[in-house]
Amino acid sequence: MALIEIKGVDFTYNELETPALANINLSIEAGEFIAIIGGNGSGKSTLAKLLNVLLLPGSGKVLVDGMDTADEKYKLKIRQKVGMVFQNPDNQLVAARVEDDIAFGPENLGIPGPEIRKRVDQALELVGMAGFHDYPPHELSGGQKQRIAIAGIIAMEPDCIVLDEPTAMLDPKGRKEVMDTIHFLNKEKGITIIHITHFMEETIGADRIFVMHNGAIYKEGTPEEIFHSISDIKRLGLDVTVVVELAERLKKEGFNLPDVLTISELVDCLC
Amino acid sequence: MLRNINIGQYIARDSIIHKLDARIKIIITILMITALFFIDSFKGYFLFLLAVLFIIYLSQISFMRIIRGLRPVLFLVLLTLILHIFFTRGGEVIWQWRFITIEKNGLITGLFMVSRILLLIMFTSLLTLTTSPLQLTDGIESLLRPLKRFGIPASELAMMMTIALRFIPTLLEEADKIMKAQMARGADFESGNIIRRSKNLIPLLVPLFISAFRRADDLALAMESRCYHGGEGRTKLHELKVKTQDFIALFISILFSILVSFF
Repeated sequence: MALIEIKGVDFTYNELETPALANINLSIEAGEFIAIIGGNGSGKSTLAKLLNVLLLPGSGKVLVDGMDTADEKYKLKIRQKVGMVFQNPDNQLVAARVEDDIAFGPENLGIPGPEIRKRVDQALELVGMAGFHDYPPHELSGGQKQRIAIAGIIAMEPDCIVLDEPTAMLDPKGRKEVMDTIHFLNKEKGITIIHITHFMEETIGADRIFVMHNGAIYKEGTPEEIFHSISDIKRLGLDVTVVVELAERLKKEGFNLPDVLTISELVDCLC
Repeated sequence: MLRNINIGQYIARDSIIHKLDARIKIIITILMITALFFIDSFKGYFLFLLAVLFIIYLSQISFMRIIRGLRPVLFLVLLTLILHIFFTRGGEVIWQWRFITIEKNGLITGLFMVSRILLLIMFTSLLTLTTSPLQLTDGIESLLRPLKRFGIPASELAMMMTIALRFIPTLLEEADKIMKAQMARGADFESGNIIRRSKNLIPLLVPLFISAFRRADDLALAMESRCYHGGEGRTKLHELKVKTQDFIALFISILFSILVSFF
């Protein structure tokens, strides 16, 4: 059984006429790294909120580990299994100290104190921020705050983490920190990652990419498949990465190149 | 102006007083203040002052820091003293000039009141100087918990305090940023009389409030997605535990407050 299954979901916000999501069908297996990409208003954030019971589908079903999100009795269980990291690093840390913030989720779950202590230490270790227990959030950089937010989710021992544009407000260094952290968690801890972004280069290394447009899934495939339908991607107002663009232009000029995604791959092919 | 953000007046030290349980410190403070109101002799006040000085010594906080804390109430203290001296009647006349008389009772009551106010401020500021706002919040929550039965939402109140403490520096930073942005657009926050100046604060306050509400919205969502569902069934990372030294401190202060009330 898939970890997350979305069947024929529609969603319309109260005051609006056009639906934010229309007839979404997808399933995500445990341990996958999924990237969801799309422009503004493509419905990607709405989709994320459905996975974590922050929104309920207008019609259709969202199943997490077989549990229907519409069923009130599963609400907390689903939120524990599917953690969520938001865009603004400042607006999701609750407590005035790093360790209290990481403890917030486990405290809500009613886990005993000594066990929380263990989880807080482990989570800090996993996001590479051991030793930051006592810091107040406002003394951390954006990338560090996002890693603390991720640690706060990890401490709840989820199966899956949904990240809703976690890097949109960060500088390049912070962006790299966050990306490295979530790839590490996916590879080493087997946590399913659903990474929502509008940066094309952040989807490299994902197992599958969903391209969203106007509330529907426009395309689905591996990074190789998605990146090389350049004209399609550009029509949606998204940018392909420089490397892919360059490779594509070289091919047009008659170079014999395989499909490449990263700089090092391109260098290997050319030299 | 917004550098060195220091919430409350907590001063971190590694002293016995700092290590006491926040709840015990709150209880002791209430106890001692109550006792302070039963004292009616200078000997009693002197004894109390000695106790305060001893605690200051134990807390490793500089005496000057405590004295500085008294400055804001100086006016109140002087006013109390003057009012009592000239208007409280009774006892023998000490000094007289035309219709102004100072009588003994007035002088004594005035001095009593002054000692009372000064000692009260000194003792309570010892509490806030040696207990971090977070510990205070935990302490208050734990003390209020029994009142939940009467509809007092102790853990929700504590959560609100924690969030406020968390966001004060963030909002200060933001205010600083908005102020600079508005100054770059020609806003003037510094000249003019009080009315003019407070009017000029509007371009600072409106964006600040809007952003605070937006933050609140985001934060509520983030809290909900992390399984927050009120205080019901919540555990704590730091369970407060009363240790031996807490009992000793409580015991001593009970004895002291009984003793001092008889002076």
